[in-house]
Amino acid sequence: MGSVGAKEVPVLLTPDGKRIDGRHLDDLREIKIVAGALHQADGSAYVEWGANKVMAAVYGPREVHPRHLQQNNKAIVQCKYNMAAFSVDERKRPGLDRRSQEISKVIAEAFESVIFVEEYPRTSIDVYIEVLQANAGTRCAGVVAASVALADAGIPMVDLLPSVAVGKVAGQIVLDLKKEEDNFGEADMPMALVPQSGRLVLLQMEGHMTADELGRSLDLGVKGCRAIYEKMKQALRDRYETGAGPAAGVAQ
Amino acid sequence: MSNEVTAEILGTHILDLAREGRRLDGRGLDEYRAVSIEHGFVASADGSALARIGHSAVVCGVKLEPGKPFPDTPNAGVLTTNAELVPLSNPTFEPGPPHPRAIEVSRVIDRAIRAAEAIDLKKLCVTPGEKTWVCYVDVHVIDHSGNLIDTGSLAALAALTHATLPAKRFGIGEDSPLAVQHFPVETTFARLGDAIVVDPSFDEELACQGRLTIATDEAANVVAMQKGLVGAFSPEDVKSLAERAFRHGDRMRKLAIGG
Amino acid sequence: MVRVIPLSGRYIPKPSDVVVGTVTDVQTTFWLLDIGAPRWAPLHMTGTPWKMDVGETGQYLHVGDTVVVQIENLDATGRIGVTMLGDGLGKVDGGTVITLSPAKVPRLIGRSGSMIQMLTQKTDCRIAVGQNGRIWVDGTSDGIERVREAIRLIEEEGQRPGLTERIAGYLGSTQGTSGPLAPTPGPARPPFEPPGPIEPGDDEDDAGPGPF
Repeated sequence: MGSVGAKEVPVLLTPDGKRIDGRHLDDLREIKIVAGALHQADGSAYVEWGANKVMAAVYGPREVHPRHLQQNNKAIVQCKYNMAAFSVDERKRPGLDRRSQEISKVIAEAFESVIFVEEYPRTSIDVYIEVLQANAGTRCAGVVAASVALADAGIPMVDLLPSVAVGKVAGQIVLDLKKEEDNFGEADMPMALVPQSGRLVLLQMEGHMTADELGRSLDLGVKGCRAIYEKMKQALRDRYETGAGPAAGVAQ
Repeated sequence: MSNEVTAEILGTHILDLAREGRRLDGRGLDEYRAVSIEHGFVASADGSALARIGHSAVVCGVKLEPGKPFPDTPNAGVLTTNAELVPLSNPTFEPGPPHPRAIEVSRVIDRAIRAAEAIDLKKLCVTPGEKTWVCYVDVHVIDHSGNLIDTGSLAALAALTHATLPAKRFGIGEDSPLAVQHFPVETTFARLGDAIVVDPSFDEELACQGRLTIATDEAANVVAMQKGLVGAFSPEDVKSLAERAFRHGDRMRKLAIGG
Repeated sequence: MVRVIPLSGRYIPKPSDVVVGTVTDVQTTFWLLDIGAPRWAPLHMTGTPWKMDVGETGQYLHVGDTVVVQIENLDATGRIGVTMLGDGLGKVDGGTVITLSPAKVPRLIGRSGSMIQMLTQKTDCRIAVGQNGRIWVDGTSDGIERVREAIRLIEEEGQRPGLTERIAGYLGSTQGTSGPLAPTPGPARPPFEPPGPIEPGDDEDDAGPGPF
């Protein structure tokens, strides 16, 4: 919502209701999900979502480092969301910034809400998300990738975790913002849904929405999550059926 | 001991009570603890407040200093919010680099102030592209007895609304009040079984199955949200909590702006 | 040198104290308990009424369980040995734990156990008082919340004279209701057997069988 700046605001919505890339208000960008994309990890996935490219890897359950974080009655879920220096237009200083740490925290809590952590006391389930190319919605792409990676690692979960952002652009509620819409829109609301229960385990929002707009955004987001859910299941089916080896998907 | 283990029967009892519509401290499910705000608590700050919600206490100090604007926003001031959960505030906190929960508190408070456009950043500009006011909002948690986000945001809003632009000190003219144009307030809820309570205490936060913060402004907009901790909320929950947040927000806003 | 008899502060264990603790870790031959002391206290498997083999500790107590134990010994390294063998000791189920400054525990017990007896009788709750300021209470949620309110009064006004009368006044005036809480007429529950002799008092000989 960095609209304070001097940059020129592009036309985000044409009079006939088309978005900057030609999508309708409730269209998702194109999404490609590959389960099992890395060799070393216990589970992994690669997601291309619009112009986002995100890799996720899962290690664990394994010994907890640092050790004092160990929980004696359950596994802890640790997440590290990281943006590569070259993933954005202006080089990002490498390393953990506060934004990344906050996103890591809410993603870890979202996954702990669906993983059967009590099955692995004293261990850690480590989820790594690397954003290689960013174009708004990277945390959602990261959650989708990490969720498929967790399934790929055989971690028992209540359900997969589809995720998408809804926002307000030129006064309209739209699904799955791309960069210009995120930068110049009026609100951004990323969420992650547990399809089985219909509940949200990740929900953030920034901008301006009335109660009515908030309600419609939630409904649209749930719809979007359910569509993404089908793609996630298909990616796991493809992995299982083809038995595709590591990294097979990335180069496709 | 950073390994927090709480008696399971305490959590069970909290959930049992919530099922009957009751809470450990005798509050109703939709009732805040006692809220108090002391404006101008720190004389060395340009704006400050001590906010208490129940036993939680947060001091916020606002400092304004001249600095350089960001290259992509040459006409706007700079706002930074930082929250520190100092080790004196809770037995489970340890010295060291900021814990993710402190970063979360900072960012959620910052998000509401920023998204609501509480401060007219353009009015902080002194010389476009060269000189601007930098507004530091430092939130210092001194007693953590639950619901730090609401306590911190209340302290921040109270400190900002009474802050002075110390122009004289830096030879940039006469002092003037900081231009606060919108008044965001955070309202935090926690799920306890099927019940959702407002203003969770420390024990309730440990026992809860999900926390949701909704920031509202004076014009009935939701300006920020943050779901935290392990647990989940349905879209219908969120819709009804937004209505509750508007109601609580109006009351808190009056307290923060105060006299 | 300064030695303050504190009105608040951490619990410093003494041999033969009965304390209420939370299981924080399960090892192959012992559990670690958080009793609010400077260090966690190990409870060895031989200090329990259960017969078990090495490695079976996890079948009896889990992390987060609440137990009533007694301080057995303190060694020079600061290790706090506790036992669960004895009247009124054991694992508790149900109820809740209410905390009080350890320094105020004598006020909660009262002279010859008078205060705790009154609380027990007037609220129909089972109460186990830990010298570490952790009080286990079980009963109707109404009864538990009345005990909580009484303990809060002791915490806040424990130094002032006339405490027993004030607590009696509170309990008397609120009997059958929930005091400051909304009255919730719940289903009648059978009265509990008398509380166990958790507290060594002058009249502990006439206490009934332990609650465990």
